[in-house]
Order: sequence, then structure tokens, then C-alpha cells
Amino acid sequence: MADLNVRIHNLLLKNPVMTASGTFGYGPEFEDFIDIGALGGIVVKGTTLEPRQGNSYPRMAETPAGMLNAVGLQNKGVDYFINSIYPLIQHYNTNIIVNVSGSLVEDYIKVCEKLSALKNIPAIELNISCPNVKEGGMAFGTSCAAAATVTKAVRNVWPKTLIVKLSPNVTNIAEIAKSVEDEGADAVSLINTLLGMAINIDTRKPLLSTVTGGLSGPAIKPVALRMVWQVAKAVKIPVVGMGGISNAKDAIEFLLAGASAIQVGTANFIDPAITISIIKGIEEYLDKNHFSSVYDIIGKLEC
Amino acid sequence: MKKSITDFTVLSNTRLSSTQFLLELSSDILLNDVLPGQFVNVKVEDSPQTFLRRPFSIHSVDAKRNVLFLLIKEMGIGSTKLASLQKGSNLNLILPLGNSFSFGNVKKAILIGGGCGVAPLLFLAKKLHEKDIHCDILLGGRSSDDIVEVEEYQKYGTTHITTEDGSLGEKGLVTKHSIFNSNKGWDMVYSCGPEPMMKSVAMYAKQNEIECEVSLENTMACGIGSCLCCVTDTIDGNICVCTEGPVFNIKRLKWQI
Repeated sequence: MADLNVRIHNLLLKNPVMTASGTFGYGPEFEDFIDIGALGGIVVKGTTLEPRQGNSYPRMAETPAGMLNAVGLQNKGVDYFINSIYPLIQHYNTNIIVNVSGSLVEDYIKVCEKLSALKNIPAIELNISCPNVKEGGMAFGTSCAAAATVTKAVRNVWPKTLIVKLSPNVTNIAEIAKSVEDEGADAVSLINTLLGMAINIDTRKPLLSTVTGGLSGPAIKPVALRMVWQVAKAVKIPVVGMGGISNAKDAIEFLLAGASAIQVGTANFIDPAITISIIKGIEEYLDKNHFSSVYDIIGKLEC
Repeated sequence: MKKSITDFTVLSNTRLSSTQFLLELSSDILLNDVLPGQFVNVKVEDSPQTFLRRPFSIHSVDAKRNVLFLLIKEMGIGSTKLASLQKGSNLNLILPLGNSFSFGNVKKAILIGGGCGVAPLLFLAKKLHEKDIHCDILLGGRSSDDIVEVEEYQKYGTTHITTEDGSLGEKGLVTKHSIFNSNKGWDMVYSCGPEPMMKSVAMYAKQNEIECEVSLENTMACGIGSCLCCVTDTIDGNICVCTEGPVFNIKRLKWQI
């Protein structure tokens, strides 16, 4: 059987399959369906300094091979996470990664300082790419200077693994990736959702309360794959790939394009046990092709 | 009851009206602990235009035969696809999802359903009947075509009908039915249907100081509380209809009534 272990900086993953922030709750939501400990890691819901109510309903619209969401980082804040969620999940036999979001650089710093006290949080994913908040969020991720500033500030207070999650809503994602690498990011993850919209022609109104929202699902996979390939060529740090991954074949494509690990997002909504099938599928592919390790396919695209 | 992703077999697919059909489904999992008000999230196979699952209230459970019924109205691509399911087809469900109607101290209840919103009320009426709780059941629709399975409801309670065009039962809106002209001693109102109807029902309950539970039907992606898409505004802020609902006591909702 092939070795599925991968390393993202100091993070050792038993396999390259993680769950994407905002699609897996905090983990307990999925306990009836899968053994959370079988995953390489879970990235919990975007966490902010203060509680956030998120955007008004409707926040979701189904689109061809995907969906738009405008949740807007609804969460109960970092203190609630520390006091009420962490005790429930800290025993998971997997890497628990907190997605950290904010509107101000100071907010990111405060959240990271609070999280650094938690023994079983070996990494954070810095969210500089949420398209659904008015201030901060994606604004940090769409210019090299802003991405560098927030990464540098967080790097100063977060000694453990720092993954920066990038927005695809930019002209040159490889440049942004290089900016955060230069400021000490240990890895980058991409892509967050693509900004999109949908209209009800009968009411002549947008389907989302916020007009625009983030597109996810298989519809964005080719775009995500291209960006992962570009970024993997541009940076030396590991790349975590995501965007529409719905089966093992999709995951293997991302690994071949240069991702050291992958995240499964929207597919969790349709099949809450999909991550387990993907892990099995990757293993079968490696065995079938006589690869001894998942590293035998990472970045091994031939072109 | 533990949630599961389960393949069911379609035992029958019965057309009940021009738009409604009844699916009878069976699988290996025991349905004894499914509660009235809970729902299932259905995967629509071979339908490229439906990306997400479709949530449907559990219409009824026959515990003896371990079969589950879904009453579905053809509304869009997903439900139309389900309408064409043949006996013997597979249907993948995630279940049971959501909370349930409460009936702890209820002595006499009225169940008010509008259109296809009546779906969860049959199961509720059945459970109330098992607990010897008397209920009035009021079914409303636009026309007689919307009113189905009346004889089923009659098994469990006194059934009343209204239609907007008067083609069956009293003419007019559900909330204008003559049953409301006198005090029937209800201590609980359960309702499911279009939101304006449920709001009128909620207003009646509030004015008459009767407890009232409504089942909401927001657009959902996951159905298990992980996407935070189906939220409704409550006194506790935005909360997921799929996990903290779909059944809500109206006191918890921020409806302007």
C-alpha cells in the first residue's frame, strides 16, 4: 500500500485530504457520517475576533455545477471557539486548522494570539480572500502589498504553521502568492470562491441578498486547477489546492498540478462522506500505478 | 437517531394530483425513531442541472412496514425529475435531519397546512393520534387539485378543508375558515405552508395566546448545519433552519406579527 503521508511545513498529514473552511462546520456535524480521524486535516469555519451574524437570507443560490454563497463569515467569535468548540474537537486524531478572518490587521493579530494558547491547533489558515464581507476579507488578498502586510503582522505573533488562503479574484495570483511567501507564509491554499452572481428573471432581483457571492463547486475546478499549477511553479512553499474537488480523480489532478495536499469543500454538502471515498481513491490510484508514495505524483504533471 | 446516507428503493410512485405525487420508500435502516417534522435531503440522480440535494419533509412513516413516504409537489427541475421515478429505482437520502414538532403537554391541537406544506402534518397527526391527543386538521389550497389524501388525515383527526376558489370545502383562505369562529380549546397550533399563511396562523395564535409551532422551508445546501446558508433571523440571531429547525416556536422568530 502506498504511503499517503504528506508534510505541509511542520504539519504532518496522514493523507493529503483536508476539508475546506466553511463547508465542514467544526467537525461534529460530520461525526455521524465519517471518522474525522481518518482525514489529513480539517479546516474549521472562518473565525473572527467578534461574533458575526453574517449576511441576510437568501445567502445561497444553486448554479450550473455549483453554488453561490454569501454567508459572510457568520461565526460566534474566537472566544466562543476557544471556550465552547475547541473542548469538543481537540481530541480529534487529525490536524485541526483554524481559518482566521478579519476586517482589520489588528483583529487578525488578536485572534492569532488567542489561538496560540491552544495546544491542538497546529496551524492556522489566514483568510485574506472572503468575497462576502464589506471590509477586510478579500481586500487583503487582492493586492500584493496588503497581502504582504497582513501576512507579516500575523507571522510575528503566530509561530506555528501559517497557511495563507488566496483569492482567485485577482489578475495574477502567483504574484500574490510570492508576496505572502516573502513575508514568511509556510504554505498557501487556493482557491477561495470566485465572485459571481445570479438573477431571478421573474422578479428581476438578484438571488442573493448581497447581489454578489462566492461561486464554488465543480464549475470552478478548471480555474482552480490552473491557478494551483501557476502558483506551484512560482513559490517554493507547499501549495494546498482546492476548488470544486468532488472525487479522487479531481484530487489527483490537483496533486499532479503541484498541490501537496487538497481540500474538499462544496462536495461535502452533497455527500458528507465524500472525503473518505477520495482518500480511498487516491490510494487505489497510487497502488494501481505502482507509486510507493503520494509524493510520486505531487507536481508530476508532464507537459 | 444517528444520521445516515442511505439508498432507498422506490416501492411506489403515486400521482395524487396534477402536481403532487407520493413516493413510498424502503431501506434497511430502522425508521422507528424518525420524528414528525424531520426531513430528508434527497439526491436527484441523472439531473445535470440540479447540483445540490433537495430537502423534503417526511410525510409519514409506516413503522410496521419500515417504509417512508414523501409527498412532493412538482416545482422545478429536481422535483420534476423525482416525479418520473419508477418502482424499483434507487433514491439516495440523508436522514433524519432537523428537529421535530413538540407535543409534550399538548391536549388539543389544530394542524394547519397550506398547499404542499401539508407534507409533514400527516406524520404529526398520526403521532398525536397515537398519544390520544385530539386534533383538528385544516387543509388549505388554491383549488381542489391541491387537496390530497383527505381520507388519510380523517383517520387521525377531524379534518376541515378550504380552497381559495371554493372547489372543495369552504371558500377562502385557510385562516378565514369558520372553525376559527368559536373557541375550540386548542392549546397548540402547528402549521406548515407558504410563509404568508404561516404568518397569519401565527398572528391568530398570538392573539389567542396559544402556543404555535411552524415548519420553515428555507433554501438549503447541506442540511446538516455546516454551510450556514439556510438561516432564519431569530431572537438568538441567524440560526440554521436545517439543524435548529425546521420547526420553530413562533416566539423564537422575529416575524412582524
